[in-house]
Amino acid sequence: MTVFLHELRLGKRFLMIWSAAISFMLGVCILIYPEMSSQMTEISDMFADMGSFSSAFGMDEINFGEFMGYFSVECGNVLGLGGAIFSALIAASSLAGEEKSGSSEFLFTHPVSRHSIVLQKLLSVFAEIFILNLLAAAVSAVCMLIISADANAAQIALIFFAYFMMQLQIAAIAFCVSSFTASGGVGIGLGIAFGAYLLNILANLEDNLTLLKYLTPFGYTDGAYIHRHTALQTGYLLSGLAILSAAVLLSFYQYKKKDL
Amino acid sequence: MKAIETKRLTKYYGKSRGIIDVDLSVEKGDFFGFVGPNGAGKSTLIRTLLGLIRQTSGSAAVFGMDTLANRNEILSRVGYLPSEVTLYKGMKVKDILAYSANLRRLDCREEAHRLCELLELDTERKVDELSFGNRKKVGIVCAMQHRPDLYILDEPTSGLDPLMQRQFYAILEERNEQGATVFLSSHVLSEIERYCKHAAVIREGRILVCDSVENLGHTGVKRVTLRGCESKSAIHGVKDLKSDGDGVTFLYEGESSQLLQLLFGLSFSDFTVTDPDLEEVFLHYYKKEDA
Repeated sequence: MTVFLHELRLGKRFLMIWSAAISFMLGVCILIYPEMSSQMTEISDMFADMGSFSSAFGMDEINFGEFMGYFSVECGNVLGLGGAIFSALIAASSLAGEEKSGSSEFLFTHPVSRHSIVLQKLLSVFAEIFILNLLAAAVSAVCMLIISADANAAQIALIFFAYFMMQLQIAAIAFCVSSFTASGGVGIGLGIAFGAYLLNILANLEDNLTLLKYLTPFGYTDGAYIHRHTALQTGYLLSGLAILSAAVLLSFYQYKKKDL
Repeated sequence: MKAIETKRLTKYYGKSRGIIDVDLSVEKGDFFGFVGPNGAGKSTLIRTLLGLIRQTSGSAAVFGMDTLANRNEILSRVGYLPSEVTLYKGMKVKDILAYSANLRRLDCREEAHRLCELLELDTERKVDELSFGNRKKVGIVCAMQHRPDLYILDEPTSGLDPLMQRQFYAILEERNEQGATVFLSSHVLSEIERYCKHAAVIREGRILVCDSVENLGHTGVKRVTLRGCESKSAIHGVKDLKSDGDGVTFLYEGESSQLLQLLFGLSFSDFTVTDPDLEEVFLHYYKKEDA
């Protein structure tokens, strides 16, 4: 518990800045919807007619004329990419940052087992991601009330849940990779976040690359699918959970035997 | 039961050497000094004792407990001071001290306060603003505030001013008198000579010598200085022969009677024969060609 609270305290400022930035952008996107919706029908057609560009970003199946159509794509861009980068950054520097700076020598010479330290650090990363998403969801909810948006609560909850899971998965992968290499936590984190995003774009573009969707967590955050079915793509989600668990187990294993 | 005992302890980092076949035994209540050149393996040994790294072969035990299997039990009885103290940026000194105590599930506020007073450490300052020496003090308080049974200190006085060094050793000697064991590495040989009961020299990963500081000083070697002697080439069978002002100085190892015979054949105006100081003995080990 001590390490967990300590981590939260250290990460407080970074979390607040990112939460504020992401919530602000989400909020702005929602608040400008009434303004945009009048012109939306034309924009919607235009977006849908951009060929593979539209399919790459999942815009071919979305009706921007409806609030939910608009929200599921905008939310994807802001919360998806922003949240993924935040998660990858904090996860990649959680263990590796200490090794790099040398404070790991302080931490690991206290009578706390390595398992416990790794677990508490991982949980603190997950907790920070949860707080960021909670704030983003709260701000979004308030903004939707302000513009009295025609929102589907179940779909919005599913979208936020999917993005939350996606960020946990990115974090777990970044955490795992950084347990193998102490240097370059930031680079690794950004690389993983963008890499996963690119994989999804590739999978959208090429029909025979759909299998990639099992690898990238952006597979189950497809706003168009959630909007149409009010459900998540279970196969992609389960595969994501399996990757998440494997990454976590591998980090524990690596830290148990690692020379510090 | 020994405070520290290693048997054929060996650590390789890939192919590069850390330590080789280290057999070391430190009694409870000892004040043990550990010296050697940079890169000799001092930190490797210390890090193995703390369970930070895994040995390649051999075993290490602290208070009779295996360093890998009983890491937590050992760490709860050890106070460790790294040679370079790295702390969390943005935190205040008092928060670091509290974090360290909390990780041990102890309330050390009283002792921490006492130590900070003795070391003149301001606990309200942020660690980012601290000088190297002041960061070292934070490390010292973290290593001492829980009153451990064993102190493992890696170059403890580097960065401390002479007054603070004295203060630090005063606290350490007090703890040692109360029964705690001290195991420290240092480059300051006079420190070892002054405070330690036993000492070991490590070089290129191997222990060269391990004995009481008193015995280390009595090596049977004499430092001979001859004033007004210019026939340096006439002196044979001695070590470390060099000119010194208007005379020569060398180390002599062997029978005293033979030394007298050697001196008999030389011309000089004055001479002194002394035991070399410990620093000289250690330097002699540092430089030894084949270990």
